Amino acid sequence: MRFIPHTEDDIGAMLKTIGVARLDDLLAHVPQRLRDRAAIALPPGQSEAEVAAELNGLAARNRAVTGAFASFLGGGYYRHFVPAAVRAVISRAEFATSYTPYQPEASQGTTQAIFEFQTMIAQLTGLEVANASMYDGASAAAEAVLMAHRVYPKRTVVVISRALWPDYRAAIRTYLSALKNFELVEAPFDSATGATDPSALTPYLNDRLLCVVVGYPNAFGVIEPLGQIAAPVKQAGGVAISATAEPLALGLLKSPGELGVDIAVGEGQSFGMPLQFGGPGVGFFAARMAQVRQMPGRLVGQTRDNRGNRAFCLTLATREQHIRRERATSNICTNHSLCALAATAYLTLMGRRGLRELAARNVELAAQARDRLRAAGISARFSGKFFNEFAITVADPARALARAEAAGVLAGIPLGRDYPELADAILVTVTETNSPAEIERLADSLAGVG
Amino acid sequence: MAVAKKIVSETPAKDIRNTRRSADTVALIFEESAPGRRGVDAPGGGASAARAIELLGADLCRADIDGFPEVSEPQALRHFLRLSQQNFGQALQFYPLGSCTMKYNPPLNDEMAALPGFASLHPAAPVHLAQGALELMVRLEAALAAITGMDAVSLAPAAGAHGELAGLLMVRAWERKRGGVRRKVIIPDTAHGTNPASCTLAGFEVVVAKSHRRGYLEAGEIRRLLDDETAALMVTNPNTMGIFEPEIEEIAAALHERGALLYLDGANMNALLGVAKPGDMGADIIHINLHKTFSTPHGGGGPGAGPVAVKAHLEPFLPVPRIVRRADGALEFASDRPDSIGRLRAYHGNFGMLVRAYSYILAMGGDGLADASRIAILNAAYVRKRLAERYPSASAEPAMHECVLTHDLESRTGVSTLDIAKRLLAYGFHPTTRSWYRRNEGWSASPESEPPWPR
Repeated sequence: MRFIPHTEDDIGAMLKTIGVARLDDLLAHVPQRLRDRAAIALPPGQSEAEVAAELNGLAARNRAVTGAFASFLGGGYYRHFVPAAVRAVISRAEFATSYTPYQPEASQGTTQAIFEFQTMIAQLTGLEVANASMYDGASAAAEAVLMAHRVYPKRTVVVISRALWPDYRAAIRTYLSALKNFELVEAPFDSATGATDPSALTPYLNDRLLCVVVGYPNAFGVIEPLGQIAAPVKQAGGVAISATAEPLALGLLKSPGELGVDIAVGEGQSFGMPLQFGGPGVGFFAARMAQVRQMPGRLVGQTRDNRGNRAFCLTLATREQHIRRERATSNICTNHSLCALAATAYLTLMGRRGLRELAARNVELAAQARDRLRAAGISARFSGKFFNEFAITVADPARALARAEAAGVLAGIPLGRDYPELADAILVTVTETNSPAEIERLADSLAGVG
Repeated sequence: MAVAKKIVSETPAKDIRNTRRSADTVALIFEESAPGRRGVDAPGGGASAARAIELLGADLCRADIDGFPEVSEPQALRHFLRLSQQNFGQALQFYPLGSCTMKYNPPLNDEMAALPGFASLHPAAPVHLAQGALELMVRLEAALAAITGMDAVSLAPAAGAHGELAGLLMVRAWERKRGGVRRKVIIPDTAHGTNPASCTLAGFEVVVAKSHRRGYLEAGEIRRLLDDETAALMVTNPNTMGIFEPEIEEIAAALHERGALLYLDGANMNALLGVAKPGDMGADIIHINLHKTFSTPHGGGGPGAGPVAVKAHLEPFLPVPRIVRRADGALEFASDRPDSIGRLRAYHGNFGMLVRAYSYILAMGGDGLADASRIAILNAAYVRKRLAERYPSASAEPAMHECVLTHDLESRTGVSTLDIAKRLLAYGFHPTTRSWYRRNEGWSASPESEPPWPR
C-alpha cells in the first residue's frame, strides 16, 4: 500500500524489538469476539489511476457546472472568480497539512495569517475584534445568539427576522433546542419591500429581549435598514446581530459596526473559495472588545518572543473547551483555518479598492439583470434596494426554471419551499461571473413566464 | 489597528521561546501596503463605484475600508509563501501527536476535490444535475457504516465537535421521544475538553467517571454512577491513554439495561480499522473525524468533517438534510423529518472534505484500512519499547495507536515536559501532546504513514 512505508523486513525487525512474533499479537488484548467480526466489507485498495477514474466518473455526472449552464444561483453560496494566487497559497503543504497552532514556534505562518484574517474581518465589519473562524455562516449565527446569552443571561427572547436565510434560522433553532430559557420569535418582513419591518420589533423592545438577528443583505438580497433595527434593540438593552452570507456586500455597504450592530457574523465563501457543493466555506465572527471574553472559538494575538521579535499565538484560550471544559464559551475546536487563509489571501489581492470595485460591479450587473427582466415582462417581487440578488415573480416557478434549464440557464432558486407566501417567486443572483450576454440569455429564457 | 494592540497585553510571552532570528519575521500585510497598489485589475480595464452608489443611494454605502491592504500580486504571493515557511506541515515533518492522528494527506485527494464537477457545483443546483455528488455522499455513508459497524450516517457535521453536538442532541431528542427527562452524561476524567463542552451545549450535566489507575474505565464505576437520570456515557475508545477499553461491552450492556445510550467518540478510530467495530462494542452513536482517520488535511486547524453514525433506532433523529433514493433510483435531499434534531449548518456538509475522504477509502480499500491500524499500532508499540528506559509508559496496559509516556526529569533536573517539547522542536519534530490533567506526561502517536527509521 503506497501510503504505508513499512516493508516486511521493517515489520519483522520492529516486532523483534518489541518482543512479539506476529502483528496480531499486538491486538491480543482486544476481545477476540470483536476482532472476529471486524473485517471491513469494502473492495480491495486501488491504484491512483483507478481511484481517479472512479471519481472523474462521479464528477462527470454533476452537470450543473460552470460552462455547461449560465448560472444565476446564489442563496447563501456565491459564484465569484478566484485569483490563481489564492490557490497557490492554500495548496502549500506547510499550510494545508499543518496542525492546529497550539505550538507557536511551529505555526507562526498560520497564526500570523489568522491574525491578518481577524484584522480584515474587523475592518470589514466595523467591529473591534474577530475570531479565527467558525464552521460557516449559519452555525456562526447560532453561536452569536449563545454569546449574547452569556453577556445577558437573564434575557430570554430571541427575535429572528423571517427574511434571514432559512438554513440560518434552522441552525439557530437546532443550537437552542436543547437549552432552556429561550423564547424564539420570528419578525415578519414587509411584503412590499422585502426588508424586516423595524416597527414589528416594537412588542419585543423590553427587558426580556436578548437579541435580534437579521440578514445583511437578507435572504432576498435586500439591504436591511440595519441602523433602524439596531438602535431600538440597543435602547432596550438587547444585542443587535447581523448575519451576512454574501460578504462581498461589506466592500461597499456601510459596516454593521458603523450601524450599531454588536455582533456581526457571516459566511466567507465568497472570498476565494470554490462552490464545492456547499462546503467548506468559512464562518466569520466579530464583536466588541468589551465582550471578547464571551466570544466562541479561537483568537490569535500578537506578542513578543524571548528575543523580542514580534510573534503570534493563540490567546484568551481560557474561554475554550480544551481548558474550560464544560464551562467553555463553545465546544468549537477544529474551525476552518485553511479557508480563513484563502479569505485572507483573497482580500489581500482584492485590497482596499478592488473589493469595493467588485462589489460595485455586482450591484450594477444585478440592477442590469433586473431591468432586462422587467423589459421581458418579469417584475421584481420586492421594491427594496438589493445587492447582487433579487426575487422575481413568475406564474409557475417550476415551469419557468425548467424552461430556462432547457435553454442552458439555471435561472435561480425557487423561494416557495421555504416561504409558502412566496410560492410565485424565484431568487436570481448575478455576480461578476455573469457576462452581459448571459443576462440576455436569462431574460430570453424567461420571457413570457411572468 | 486597534485590534492588534488590545490583544497584545493579554498574551503570555513566556510561552514563546523560539530560535527565530529577527530576519525570519514577516511584516504584517498591512505594513507592506502603499496607497494605489493593487493585486487585481478590474476586468475591462477600469471600474468605478459611482454607478453602484447611485443605484443604492450614498446613505447605504461606506466611504472606504479603513486600513485594508493595498499590495501588488507578487507582493501578496511572497508574503504568504514566506509565512508558509514558518510553519510545520505533516508533508514535511513528523507530528508524533497523541490525541490527534496526523497521517499522510495524499495529493490526489485535493486534485479530485478540485475537479470542476465537484468544485464548481452549486449547492442549490437542481439535484438531477448533481447526481454524482449525491452518489458520492451515499457511497461514503455506506463505507463509513461498513467500517464502524453502524447502521446510518450523516455527513453534515463540519468537525468533530460539531459531530459531538449532533450526537448529544440526538441523545436528547431520543430521550424526549420516550418522554424522558434524563439530564446527565457520564464522561471519563481523561476525556478531551470538547466532550464536556459539547454536553453543556446540548443541555446536559456532566458526571465525571474516574479511570482505574491503570488507565481504563471499569464497568463497576459506571454501574455505581448510573441512575435514572443518566442519558448516556460518552467515551473515546481507545481512550486518551491509547488503551482499548477492556470492559466496553460490559459497560454498554450496563448502560442499555438502565435505558442509557453509549456515545463513542471516534477521535481514535485510527486504531480500530479492521480491529474492532464500535457498532459491535455496543455503541449507539459515534462521530468520526475525517481529518484524523481518513486523511483529509488538518489545514492548520480545519476545515475537517465530523460525520455522525448511529444504530437503526436513532436514525430518525439524524440531522437534516438526509439523502434518500427515489423509486426511480435518483437521489435527493430530504429535510421533512419530524424527529430530526434539525439542521446544524447551511447546505449539506463540508463536501470538499467528503470527496477527499472517499478518495482515500477507495485507495486504501478494506484491506489497506486494516493494515493502517495494525501498522499504526506497531509504530506506537515500537516507540514505546524504544523509549521505555527513559520515558516509561504511564500505564502497564498494552496500548493501541498511541501511548502516554512519563518522565522524572523535572524532579531530578528541573527539565519540564515543556522543555522536552522545545527540544523536540529543535530537532525538527513537532512536539508530542502535553497532558491536560497530569504533569510529566506526553502523548505520542505515530501514524502508519511514518516509517520506522529514515533510510
